[in-house]
Amino acid sequence: MTATVTPPSAQAGSKETSGSGGARRRLPRIPDRIRRGGLPYLLLLPAILLELLIHLIPMAVGIVVSFRKLTLFFIRNWGQAPWSGFDNYKVAVDFDAPIGQALLHSFWVTCAFTILSVGLCWLFGTVAAIMLQETFRGRGLLRAIFLIPYALPAYAAIITWAFMFQHDNGLVNHVLHDQLGLTDKPSFWLIGNNSFIALVVVSVWKGWPFAFLIIMAGLQNIPRDLYEAASIDGAGMWQQIRKITLPSLRPVNQVLVLVLFLWTFNDFNTPFVLFGKSAPEAADLISIHIYQSSFVTWNFGSGSAMSVLLLLFLLVVTAIYLLLTSRGRKSADV
Amino acid sequence: MRKIRAAAAVTVVTALAAAATGCGGGSSDSGDNSAPKTLTYWASNQGPNIDADKKILTPELAKFQKQTGIKVKLEVVPWSDLLNRILAATTSGDGPDVLNIGNTWSASLQASGALLPWNAKNFDAIGGKDRFVTSAVGSSGAEGKDPSAVPLYSLAYALYYNKQMFADAGITKPPTTWDELVADGKKIHAKDANKWGLGAEGGNLSNNIHQAFALGQQHGADFFDKSGQPTFTSDGAVAAVKQYVDFMAKDKIIAPGNAEYAQNQSLTDFAKGKTAMVLWQAAATSFASQGMKPTDWGAAPVPVQSGTPGTGTSVNSMVAGINIAVFNNTKNVDGAKKFVKFMTSDAEQVYLNKSYGSIPPVKAAQADPAFSAPDLQVLRDTLAKSAAPLPQVAAESQFETTVGTAIKGLWADAAGGKPVTTESVKAALTKAQQQMTQ
Repeated sequence: MTATVTPPSAQAGSKETSGSGGARRRLPRIPDRIRRGGLPYLLLLPAILLELLIHLIPMAVGIVVSFRKLTLFFIRNWGQAPWSGFDNYKVAVDFDAPIGQALLHSFWVTCAFTILSVGLCWLFGTVAAIMLQETFRGRGLLRAIFLIPYALPAYAAIITWAFMFQHDNGLVNHVLHDQLGLTDKPSFWLIGNNSFIALVVVSVWKGWPFAFLIIMAGLQNIPRDLYEAASIDGAGMWQQIRKITLPSLRPVNQVLVLVLFLWTFNDFNTPFVLFGKSAPEAADLISIHIYQSSFVTWNFGSGSAMSVLLLLFLLVVTAIYLLLTSRGRKSADV
Repeated sequence: MRKIRAAAAVTVVTALAAAATGCGGGSSDSGDNSAPKTLTYWASNQGPNIDADKKILTPELAKFQKQTGIKVKLEVVPWSDLLNRILAATTSGDGPDVLNIGNTWSASLQASGALLPWNAKNFDAIGGKDRFVTSAVGSSGAEGKDPSAVPLYSLAYALYYNKQMFADAGITKPPTTWDELVADGKKIHAKDANKWGLGAEGGNLSNNIHQAFALGQQHGADFFDKSGQPTFTSDGAVAAVKQYVDFMAKDKIIAPGNAEYAQNQSLTDFAKGKTAMVLWQAAATSFASQGMKPTDWGAAPVPVQSGTPGTGTSVNSMVAGINIAVFNNTKNVDGAKKFVKFMTSDAEQVYLNKSYGSIPPVKAAQADPAFSAPDLQVLRDTLAKSAAPLPQVAAESQFETTVGTAIKGLWADAAGGKPVTTESVKAALTKAQQQMTQ
């Protein structure tokens, strides 16, 4: 790796010294070392500042707020909200009391939802990518069609699903009940227990094209020779997938699953557009639960505490995941 | 490298410190007059759509500018965004000068200190408190405190019915008690299984609350006690919620699909002749926009348990309506008061309420013949005689969310064929009450 990097940088350095003699005369005070080394940081600066402004500062403010009793009595002058220590956290994790119970319930629902959604997204994405690996007529068109859900604006797509899931006039009931006769009576998809199914369906529909895209890109990097050699050795398609494709995709999958997990666990758009401000109990994802605990009830301290807990959980899961997968990678390298 | 790291660390710490200390937001205590020539006005969406509102309001704002030289920048905010926008404005201190609020939010916003209190002096500046209907002033803030807003448009619930469907089912007059309503609904459904007696908006939390509140009054239940503590699980409250959901669960006069309605689909069903009755506030303009002629439908007072609508257990509607408020951080407090005076003047009240199909909360404006149409007469009578304001407590918005969600869940049970019993209603309301932490 180093061998390939050194020459261009050396080149750039030599170009700079030869070509910028005049510039050095105009700016004599900046030492050479910083001028050369500082450029990348200068270029990074806008990104760092924006990252601070958009992500880190609000996050820090959120953490501060989670230690305060920030209710509607203080929103106008929220610097004066009394400090409440760990009270907001105590309420959130007191699983014997209603608020903690509801949060825990929402957490389990979110876990089940995430496992199902990420699993199915990955499965559909992988299968479709492998299927479309061979060249055939119409492959480009199919690829384009598969990517449509990913390209559509989330709100427009989900609201369309909400219409399709309607009890009286929805397409889903029309097909399942009126045309196929699979159910005794039209089902409710947006209220009651079925809402969980509706949520998973929309989430998978929205998420799998991303998995498809990434895995398709990963597949391009697997040398064709491997497959040719394997087929000469008598390996069938299934064996080729198991012995060549999946192991080669490992690094891609590691990142893909992590990203899908984080997106899905935090998904707010899907339940909010499907169910509105209050999701049915069976589909009460944690993001919308927290939204309800802060915006709808104006209790921002409590909502922030729950958000911080969610952040901690995701950090821990991500850290463990990275630790496990990088260990696996190291041992694989050896 | 080390230097840069240090610099980055310093930047972060400074930013954090700024964030931590800058929490104050807009903390100046009340408005000033540093920008006397302009006003920003957030109007709520009262007409069929936002453009219609702009068309109705823009010429009036021009009139105001001609009178006072103050230019009013108008923004019509949809209901789905309005409360969040107000919260954001309250937190940042950067908001409009004058704004419309749903009157049920009055006490919550009053507690936040976001709005200019309407003490006697401020009321005098707009012609005095006595110009307004008492019940409307009663829904502009907690009892014993200066109102946080001034009534602008008044509304009440009425029972709207489809005359043709009533005639087809042999019903000669609208029901006056719930028993009659259930009997009529059953008649209509018995005649044609695709037609239903009553419509509901099961997924609309506010609407659930409005209905449960009026029924609660009829069962002698307030959802809060005198000290502002929630009493959601009282026998009366449980009976009220059960009676409402039973229209679907037991009486079967509401189509199960209504359990998931939240976007006024029940009005569409009504206009299409699928449902014979709806309980709604000032629905005339909505019916017209759905293609109904004024002769197609009739309006009657919302039924009661027995007797005639009145006070106490004969209340049959909440005092619904829109209030106009001045944001405490305004830079033009005198101009804002002038604007409120203009909007609540007799002439503007007649014009605006006529345009929106609502009732003027200003007594003198009510005398205009425009408000004597039969359906508006029902609303006027209800407001005058048998409407009560929703609990004016700081936790009102929480109440709407928690109890509204509980009722939404009960609708889902009813629609899915799960039994709705006194115990299940009580359990749902208990859970709602436990979530009221403030």
